[in-house]
Amino acid sequence: MTMVGRHHLVGGLMFLIAAAAAPALPEWVVSLATIAFANALVVLGLVVLWRVGLVSFGQALYYCIGAYTVALTARWAGVTDAFLLVLLGGIGAGVVAFLVGFLLARYREIFFAMLSLALSMILYGVLVKTESLGSTDGFTISTPTFLGYAPHREELGLSLYWLTLAVDAIGAILVGAYFRSVSGSLAAPIRDNEIRVEFLGVSVTRIIHVKVAIAGILGGFGGALAALSIGHVDPNMAYWTTSGGFVFVTILAGAGSVAAAFVGSLAFEALRSFAYDVMPSLWQMTLGSVLLLTILFLPDGLGSLAARLRRRGEANTP
Amino acid sequence: MSNTDVNSNPILAVHDLHKTFGSLVAARDINVSVPSQQTVGVIGANGAGKTTFINMITGHLTPSKGNILFEGRDITGMPSREITKIGISRSFQVAQIFPSMTVFDNMCVAAAIARTAGGVLSNMTTPVRSEAAIAEAEATIGLFQIDKYRGATASTLPQGVRKLLDIGMAVVGWPRLLLLDEPTSGISIEEKFDLMQVVMSALKSRKITVLFVEHDMDIVSRFADRVLAFYDGTVIADGTAEQALGDPQVQELITGVKLKTAAGAHA
Amino acid sequence: MLTAFAIFTDGLVYAAYLFIVAIGLTLIFGVMKILNVTHGSFYAFGAYGAATAVGIYTNAGMPAAAGFLLMMTLAMAIGVVMGIVLERGLLRLVYGRDEVIVVLVTYATFLILEDVIVLIWGPGSYAAWQPMVAAGSIDVGALVLSNYDIILVAIAAGLAVLAYWALRFTRFGRLLTVVIFDRETAGAFGVNVTLVYTITFVIGAALGALGGAVMAPKISVTLGIGVEVIVLAFAVVAIGGMGSIEGALVGALIVGICRAAAVHLVPQIELFVIYGVMALVLVVRPYGLFVRAQPRKI
Repeated sequence: MTMVGRHHLVGGLMFLIAAAAAPALPEWVVSLATIAFANALVVLGLVVLWRVGLVSFGQALYYCIGAYTVALTARWAGVTDAFLLVLLGGIGAGVVAFLVGFLLARYREIFFAMLSLALSMILYGVLVKTESLGSTDGFTISTPTFLGYAPHREELGLSLYWLTLAVDAIGAILVGAYFRSVSGSLAAPIRDNEIRVEFLGVSVTRIIHVKVAIAGILGGFGGALAALSIGHVDPNMAYWTTSGGFVFVTILAGAGSVAAAFVGSLAFEALRSFAYDVMPSLWQMTLGSVLLLTILFLPDGLGSLAARLRRRGEANTP
Repeated sequence: MSNTDVNSNPILAVHDLHKTFGSLVAARDINVSVPSQQTVGVIGANGAGKTTFINMITGHLTPSKGNILFEGRDITGMPSREITKIGISRSFQVAQIFPSMTVFDNMCVAAAIARTAGGVLSNMTTPVRSEAAIAEAEATIGLFQIDKYRGATASTLPQGVRKLLDIGMAVVGWPRLLLLDEPTSGISIEEKFDLMQVVMSALKSRKITVLFVEHDMDIVSRFADRVLAFYDGTVIADGTAEQALGDPQVQELITGVKLKTAAGAHA
Repeated sequence: MLTAFAIFTDGLVYAAYLFIVAIGLTLIFGVMKILNVTHGSFYAFGAYGAATAVGIYTNAGMPAAAGFLLMMTLAMAIGVVMGIVLERGLLRLVYGRDEVIVVLVTYATFLILEDVIVLIWGPGSYAAWQPMVAAGSIDVGALVLSNYDIILVAIAAGLAVLAYWALRFTRFGRLLTVVIFDRETAGAFGVNVTLVYTITFVIGAALGALGGAVMAPKISVTLGIGVEVIVLAFAVVAIGGMGSIEGALVGALIVGICRAAAVHLVPQIELFVIYGVMALVLVVRPYGLFVRAQPRKI
């Protein structure tokens, strides 16, 4: 049974195109795309949870941990290597997610959402009140290096972009494989009938624990990459509105596929930039309206639109 | 009161089983020995202890006293997940299926789970649509004669097919002991026999030992090699369908009817 | 000791604020099973409305007490209108869909309304301190207590009593209780659940706006006040149990006292003590202090 399907080839091609196109694009586009792709990892984590019927209103917890791990490691240990920093960010968040999972895996629906919210707000409260971590101002991260090589300003943006793309690609492959495994495929069954899954001999709590951990790791990598790109961290990265933003993108994207997270994230960043530019004082209204319209008219997100077009295309081919 | 022959190596042996909930005695003095591939009907009024008995075998209740041996191995108090893994399976009075998925996907998931060793890492690294799982799913769908519903979404299935799917999912992993909880409940009278016919021939072909709980005495006398009659938490009759259903105590307390025993009670 | 008394009074005042803000939210969740993020908007609109009212009555030279009443009435009126428009116009469209989807609809609405505030009142901040100053203060030993704070506590206590009485002894209150307990059965018995929903949402909105109005004199009425209130209200409701008025009361008291203690004794934990308590309670009682788990219905 081949492991490489058509969607792998298409996905790989898209990543290559995205990587190759960058030097030709203006800096602000590359910068925007880097943030979008970093956030896409967090959204991918939310997709993993959304498939089993859970929404976390606290992914900002892991996003922030990933970001602060990078910032603190850079400041206190003097590490500047981007690869190492990002890896530590992901691992740090992963450890927390693993621990939190013991608790969170017992909850469902609104209570899962609320407990995850509470945990992220605890971090927020801690960070705001901690002077040594810069309190509400946060602090900056010095310019990263790449395996000893220190890129100049113009190259830095591209280097971070490619790093983000690389991490995204790895994430996409791994999560895709996970979705094809027994554990990943149990999302719909658990959502449908948790009790039956238990009776088939599977510990649902453990499966959900795994999903919480995966979502946390992805969130951490996203936060770490975002931190490097922005060059600054602050407690707002743990605030509930940050979590809300990620959930927003997940709804926009739909939980249908891995690709949806990336496309949805790009679409969201583009939308947000557009809203800032065209109507800066009403950007929240714009976002809120888009979210509302998506929920009302495109409940399975943009991803479902793509699926629908594909199906129509397939139906039309002779 | 046992009428069955003494068996060496019974697949299921239950000794002095008791279950109390505080001051409520749900089950007492249960001693049963089931030889391999026997089909046992379990009858009794609601609250008589049938479900308690089943739940103790499947590991959802821990007996207060006594023990349960499966294939010679003591499984008393073993957690239900492990019991599923060692070859004991059950189906449900209300069919427990996955409504948003197709029949094939339902079966495939069950097959894939049965093929994993259990455990987090194993679940994460085993592909769900492996050739083996797909083959097992197809085979079981064919066995229960629901091929024509293969691609249908489970929520759209008629009741009888739901039941067959439910039992199929319990069987796709080749259990050696199967507990059926009221397999014909919710099925119209005209369809009951046909359903049980399909189920029983499927189970026989896989050499599965069956314990089925039933309220319909015609079904019981037609399909059971042996009948256990429960009353007030204990077994009051244990014999062939003829013997058990003809037992005056059973007639008084359970069936309420002097049943004319069917000639040629089972296939 | 002085500190203990200060903690007590501070805690009580903060608890009063939390209760007033949370009661509408828990009511809406209990009856409609909706976690209403728009509650933050009701609060904000109430506060801005109050500021406007204060402006009106100050310019008109009205006495403080009348002005205070005007403030509360205007705010509640705003709440009622918003409640009707939102429930009939928007929420109605998503009833029956996944709980979380409905929450997201209220979140989207909240985002939109945040900018509506800017459209109506502009980005600047407003002051509405006149009622608080007019109420004066009293000396209790070495502490100076603001009379306005005492009024706040009185309002909260009054609301609690009113809610308890209304739910127990009025016909509508008993209908609400039934719908909270089992909506399906209530409908089967002929209760007009649609009407109950609308009225409940409107009451919840009015209470949310009231919360904003009574708090306006104590804060700077500016953009973003709704954002923080939402999570606070959620925390209180989660602690007390969704849909439980006693729960909201007890939850508010617990959080109020804990926060006051933190402010006076361990200021570093002040900001997150409420979420810590919430997490702790959810760990022990996942459905809150006053709500028991519903058995799975087949």
